[in-house]
Amino acid sequence: MTEAMPGVRGQGAAGHIETDVLVIGAGGAGLYAAIEAARSGARALVIDRSLIGRGGATVMAQMTVAAAIGTEQPDDWRDHWRDTLAAGRGLCDARLARLLCEDGVEVIREMDRWKVGWARHADGRIRQAFAPGHDRPRCVYVDFLSTGPAVSRTLRTQAQRQEGVQRMGEMLVTDLVVSDGAVQGVVALDLAHGVPVTIAAGATIIATGGLTRLYRRNSASANMAGDGYALALRAGAALIDMEFVQFFPIGHLAPRMVGMDPIMWDPFRYKLGGRLLNGVREEFVDRYGSTDSGKYVTTRDLATYAITKEVAAGRGSPAGGAWLSFEHVPEAVLRENFGPVIDRLAANGIDLTKTAIEVAPIAHYHMGGIRVDTSMSTGLPGLYAAGEAVGGANGANRLSGNAITEALAFGRVAGREAARFAKGGIAWDAAKAADGVALARAAGPARPGWNPAAGFARLQDIMSDLVGPFRTEAGLAEAASRLSALAAELGEVPPGPPLPHDLARADWFDLRAALLVAETVILSATERRESRGAHQREDYPGLDPAWETNQVLTLDGGALRLAQRAVVKEAA
Amino acid sequence: MSVALLDIRRGGPGEAPRRQRYEVPFEPGRSVLDGLRWIREHEDPSLAMRYACLNANACKECMMLLDGAVIYACTARLEEREMRLDPLPNKPLLRDLATSIAPPDERPPEPARPAPAP
Ligand SMILES: Cc1cc2nc3c(=O)[nH]c(=O)nc-3n(C[C@H](O)[C@H](O)[C@H](O)COP(=O)(O)OP(=O)(O)OC[C@H]3O[C@@H](n4cnc5c(N)ncnc54)[C@H](O)[C@@H]3O)c2cc1C
Ligand code: FES
Repeated sequence: MTEAMPGVRGQGAAGHIETDVLVIGAGGAGLYAAIEAARSGARALVIDRSLIGRGGATVMAQMTVAAAIGTEQPDDWRDHWRDTLAAGRGLCDARLARLLCEDGVEVIREMDRWKVGWARHADGRIRQAFAPGHDRPRCVYVDFLSTGPAVSRTLRTQAQRQEGVQRMGEMLVTDLVVSDGAVQGVVALDLAHGVPVTIAAGATIIATGGLTRLYRRNSASANMAGDGYALALRAGAALIDMEFVQFFPIGHLAPRMVGMDPIMWDPFRYKLGGRLLNGVREEFVDRYGSTDSGKYVTTRDLATYAITKEVAAGRGSPAGGAWLSFEHVPEAVLRENFGPVIDRLAANGIDLTKTAIEVAPIAHYHMGGIRVDTSMSTGLPGLYAAGEAVGGANGANRLSGNAITEALAFGRVAGREAARFAKGGIAWDAAKAADGVALARAAGPARPGWNPAAGFARLQDIMSDLVGPFRTEAGLAEAASRLSALAAELGEVPPGPPLPHDLARADWFDLRAALLVAETVILSATERRESRGAHQREDYPGLDPAWETNQVLTLDGGALRLAQRAVVKEAA
Repeated sequence: MSVALLDIRRGGPGEAPRRQRYEVPFEPGRSVLDGLRWIREHEDPSLAMRYACLNANACKECMMLLDGAVIYACTARLEEREMRLDPLPNKPLLRDLATSIAPPDERPPEPARPAPAP
């Protein structure tokens, strides 16, 4: 292990940094991993393409975190585990799901000791709310709709306090450095200065979150382009369950609001019910096999299906979704439940007692991701993953509240295991980083008329129109062919030269990653000829028991390879 | 078509500042950030500004000056008039509207050699 804190030293024109454990991504998973790695005796460096603790999904989460802490009612992680496996429709890796539920209890308690501020009863017990799919009230939260910001702030403060953790924003990781199959560190683009930096690490953890930016309408941030999946795949690691993108059925659609999270209507529905209506103001969810009269019991996949079908049948709301109405709820009740949020709505010109709003499905979370074992190892020596970047724990469908628990619990394991591995020392073969450095600094010819931001928007359109929650063989094939045309336009090098805060350059690297990740989603979705959870095939409706299997992807000589693997089941 | 006229300060540190004006389509409810992203997608991808969360006002990255006052670009609304945008004056300038806003111990180290001049 190195004695000094990670430091910069000259190496040609590219800066070079060394650390025991490198964590890519400073969301819930990455920050927890860095803290745990340092507590285990390693020097940890956590980097993010954006600001520390602000760039990803964690800071945006508003609602709840599931863990069987049993303060509301007696509870046991085994019950949470059973619910998680049931929601995953047969595809969960039972060992990873168990880790989420069992370690989840400890991380939620530790967050409480770190003063995250979980909402409490007057007698001091932590409150736990009920959420669909859980057999009892199990979800902790921070009022009002502040869970994510509180989790991020708490972890960032803890990382500041923890000796041995260094934090660094504005570092976009563009490539992993691999030597003889082992991961030695990364090449990053220092976005502030527009220069490449290399980082050698005893162990590297990918905690870059999910891929929802691949879709035009998504709930997450501009940094969720699936970078971690592409990095892992290109380095030789495997991905699992890539066809399972979770759509959130009632994302805000219209009127245009500012300063609000698009999934904000979920807590409204939990607390107040609300009525989901089609374009001619009829309730419609019951036509699709569920009930929805005022209560919020419809699962995410069914509601998404029902709304999409109504719109397709010409019965959508004016902006192409469904109406969500709270017009029958008295103003006093709205205020009591959502206090300041009602004022923010008023500032957007929305009075819920007088108008319904429009909602539609929106890409929200990714169940699939990097394949790991219970030590969060990818199987490549020196490469770990954690958080939403990992696939397998949630199978075909994620239970509400499980994602933050997953980020924290998996982050903790990854930090500990990476620190252990890093005791083996730092190896660095600069020659293996040369291509990545050259690409990060490449000044390709200017390409007037080609716009990488517009290119990314095109990818989002293709994915939304053809690879959304409902898929067909023909649509998927069409998407694949349009994306390969886009890939051909991307070219081999980014147009240059690199500039400080060069969004166009970042777009080029994002597009490179997103094109590869989109291909993995399309390939897996095409192969899975059945409908299950978040993956619905119009041409193969209904669940086929023969398909109770995971799909695993690797990159082999530049081509994707898909294989079926038996689901890891573990006796309870 | 109704438009908003964005008058934006362009350039990096040490460069002579210049101003560039863009017409962006105006629709009620749109944010200034929507306008800036429209410019990048349709007119000029080289424009630099900071943002992450797009709309939720959670990341707090998108601070800049609108007509001299500090705003979040994702919550300030586009208007059918000329709007003057400048980078934060009290933070080191990166380029255009982007400034270095992270605490000093969370920034990348200064490169050993200056970046090649564009
Ligand atoms: C609006 C919203 C609401 C949600 N609500 C809930 C909820 O109530 N309960 C729940 O359990 N879950 C919720 N989720 C899901 C949950 O927030 C996420 O799954 C979880 O926070 C993921 O944490 P993470 O640490 O894995 O990733 P993130 O928090 O997304 O962090 C990933 C980080 O990696 C960085 N990064 C990405 N690529 C690179 C790169 N190439 N180089 C450097 N850095 C990179 C990003 O900038 C980002 O900061 C919600 C998600 C959203 C979007
Ligand atoms: S873009 Fe995140 S606060 Fe404005």
